[in-house]
Amino acid sequence: MKTGIIETKKGFFEITVAINGEKKELSVKNDESLLDALRRHGWKGTKKGCDTGDCGSCAVLLNGRPVLGCLAPAVTAHEGEITTIEGLGSVRAPHPLQVAFVEAGAVQCGFCIPGMILSSKHLLDRTPNPTEAEIRKALDGNLCRCTGYVKQVEAVKAAAQKLRGKGKRARA
Amino acid sequence: MDAKNLKVVNKPVIKMDALGLACGEPAFTDDVEFKGLLTGKILWSPHAHARIKKIDVSAALKVPGVKAVLTYKDLPRVPHTTAGQGYPEPSPYDSYTLDNKVRFVGDRVAAVAAETPEAAKEALSKIKVEYELLPAVFDTFEAMKDGAPVIHDEEDSKNIPDAKHNIAAKFDFEVKNGEWFKEADFVFEHSWSIPYLQHCAIEPHITIAHFDNTGRLVLRTSTQVPFHVRRIVAQALKIPVKKIRVVKPRIGGGFGSKQEVLLEDITAALALKTGRPVKLEYTRKETFISSRTRHPAVCRMKAGVKKDGTITDAEMEITLNTGAYGSHALTVMMCSGSHTIPMYRVKNNIRFIGRSVYTNLPVAGAYRGYGATQGFFAWECLMDMMAAKIGMDPVEFRKMNYIKLGEGSPVFKAMGEGREGVEQVITSTGLFEAIQKGSDEIKWTEKKLKYAAQSGPIRRGVGVACMMQGSGIPEVDMASATMKMNEDGSFNLLVGAADLGTGSDTILAQIAAEVLGIKTDDIIVTSSDTDITPFDVGAYASSTTFISGGAVKKTAEKVRDMILEVGAKILDQKKEDLRLEDGKVVAKDGASCSLSEVANTSLYYYNQHQITASASHFAHTSPPPFQANFAEVEVDTETGQVKILDYVSCVDCGTAINPQLAEGQNDGAVLNGISHTLSEAMEFSSNGTPLNASFRRYKIFSAADTPPVRTFIIPSWEPAGPFGAKSVSEIGINGPLPAVANAIYNACGVWLFEAPFTPDKVLKAIQKGKNKGL
Repeated sequence: MKTGIIETKKGFFEITVAINGEKKELSVKNDESLLDALRRHGWKGTKKGCDTGDCGSCAVLLNGRPVLGCLAPAVTAHEGEITTIEGLGSVRAPHPLQVAFVEAGAVQCGFCIPGMILSSKHLLDRTPNPTEAEIRKALDGNLCRCTGYVKQVEAVKAAAQKLRGKGKRARA
Repeated sequence: MDAKNLKVVNKPVIKMDALGLACGEPAFTDDVEFKGLLTGKILWSPHAHARIKKIDVSAALKVPGVKAVLTYKDLPRVPHTTAGQGYPEPSPYDSYTLDNKVRFVGDRVAAVAAETPEAAKEALSKIKVEYELLPAVFDTFEAMKDGAPVIHDEEDSKNIPDAKHNIAAKFDFEVKNGEWFKEADFVFEHSWSIPYLQHCAIEPHITIAHFDNTGRLVLRTSTQVPFHVRRIVAQALKIPVKKIRVVKPRIGGGFGSKQEVLLEDITAALALKTGRPVKLEYTRKETFISSRTRHPAVCRMKAGVKKDGTITDAEMEITLNTGAYGSHALTVMMCSGSHTIPMYRVKNNIRFIGRSVYTNLPVAGAYRGYGATQGFFAWECLMDMMAAKIGMDPVEFRKMNYIKLGEGSPVFKAMGEGREGVEQVITSTGLFEAIQKGSDEIKWTEKKLKYAAQSGPIRRGVGVACMMQGSGIPEVDMASATMKMNEDGSFNLLVGAADLGTGSDTILAQIAAEVLGIKTDDIIVTSSDTDITPFDVGAYASSTTFISGGAVKKTAEKVRDMILEVGAKILDQKKEDLRLEDGKVVAKDGASCSLSEVANTSLYYYNQHQITASASHFAHTSPPPFQANFAEVEVDTETGQVKILDYVSCVDCGTAINPQLAEGQNDGAVLNGISHTLSEAMEFSSNGTPLNASFRRYKIFSAADTPPVRTFIIPSWEPAGPFGAKSVSEIGINGPLPAVANAIYNACGVWLFEAPFTPDKVLKAIQKGKNKGL
């Protein structure tokens, strides 16, 4: 049960969310999507490819599960934990999945990649040693027009191996 | 020559922007904030063909937050083309930033800029337009008839060859060495068709127009052609080139749809009107309807063959639907012949008849493959028909007839892009090896034999197709580069070339690094900013590796010469005895100095100067890359469902500057082609309204849909290319339609002439075959 959403001015609500581990209070419009709210507040890694829930570029993890930011109303994230691509790793300290995508040559234009990496993260959190079919199923909601998915599937395989090899799960 | 001794080129160097993109760094057009940014929106025509009788924007202007509403009355009327091509563009000048006529459902009517997206939307709803509806035409053959509605009846458009018959472009050509089909034992004639197809770059089109601190207009835009954008916006809005700066950030895919001035002119007009920064971005639906598409085509081919496998005559008649405007109308049409007909030797006669025709449907433009996709569907299926008739294996028939090293074609000279072409002969080819490798990987001979005796409803088959493309437009495309050296022995490389996700920044750095004996880490690449980087025509026509790569190589060679000059002083040696290696100037006797010592000497100590150079490059030929593609399919003859079991694509792109990125280019091109083959088509209502303008209803392949796609790079060495390189980006999209059609024929004995091969069409063809007793 979500509680304590405060309407600050007409049509605007203050929600409390943990974004990439940091507690934030965000002012969001009542009909604003989570995608638009995140982008408006500076999390630009989350992309808008269709705004109709079909391409997966806006995927973020809400309480550990992938959601389409363009379909989820921002207010539904109240009191939730959000992981965006920025929270997974950075250029200085990338997550093994980010490294694997780069090393496999899986990043062409890169627009679909944040969503795809977060979908992969969710997969590897639950299935540390996925089959190719499981990887393809996990990436099925993330459209890419550049790569043919060949090197992205390779990247997830490589990341899974690396994460298993370390004997620990991916960082949140 | 080969790539054996290369140290940086032909190596899988990590793409330099990949990590930032994978970490979600703000890199794309929309990832930066502008204070006071207005939202731009466009009012689209709900009618396929109409004249604007009255347009009243007074109510729209009263919406709180609305800062500007523009109609045709507010802008200069300048006929131009939106096609981002070299000047003078070979496309007709038939477009206006805003016009008093609309020519398709989704054409521009008016534009607004407002403080919020909500206010902009409300303003659009309050623009009152009174239309005079005009009869519309949606079929190219109807559109060419006498008395058809004339889509471009305005008097000021230019370079439309026959506006009365809606012909946006035409080109005919014939080589005649005797009587047509006289020597042929068998003559075939069929038509193949391709529907409206969308690029589906995942980043929708977007432009932000803002002003710098001197009041100059800056266009931050998702484009493949920054320099053409600057020129065409200047032309359309009648402002000097010097008043405009175009910046290309990272681009979320283009595939040709961003070789177009789609939003930049109107966004600039809104910014100039309001004095405020304005962002205009397409929704996905707008991207489907109001950006650009592949030219739908009907390609009729007639060819003759002798029993011994000699192709005697070939005639191609292609009719392209260019939609409401003639963007790339002439050039795509010409490339459908010039990139395809030379693939095989034709002994006697060749004829090409090309038309691009206006209709009241969305506007076609550049799309990866650029006509060759349309042409090869016909040519490569016809090849299999001929092989079947004369009882020759399709692979052997192709091996016998494909254009060999040292051979030319009269087509090269006769047909260029929008004008006469250049004479050329093939100076590199790995096609034979590509065919061999592909045959082995797919197990061609074994499977042909196995699939010859099948029974039951599920049938399997294998099919082959060979293709070629070009590497840039000869004597048209030009690129340039600038390099300068820094104190630590690193270099800035400034290129006009537009990396739209292809990795061109990386491969251009590899070329420079190879020349200078350094690693790509020591090269900082800046690309595509019209204020900072030198000119480049942009990312199209498979030109970047070959043309821009050539410019970078020349530039680096000049810089190398300057470095050796300084190194000779430092080491007190003859320049001729020095070379660059591992970040050092090395002499024959083993003496050496670091590049940083060279840089510091030149900057601070001796004969002070900046080591820097620029060079430009254009080419007299366009060496084709080659491919052999093999598909294995399974056809359910009861449902018509076609499943691709395996797809092997062997590509000769000369030296792959970066094999990993080249494979990625080809994987993506092939899957785009497979998606065209089995799934994609834009659909329209009877009044021309697009019906499936979303990813939900226009289905592109996802990871789970995708069959195994296996790319193999077959090395060759192109003497005219940088380190032996040719192009790679486009060619792969041309294979799946014919390779899969030929595999379906092998599986169940029926030909498919109409893309995509959806179950209904396959089933219909099978039924028709059964009626004929197949």
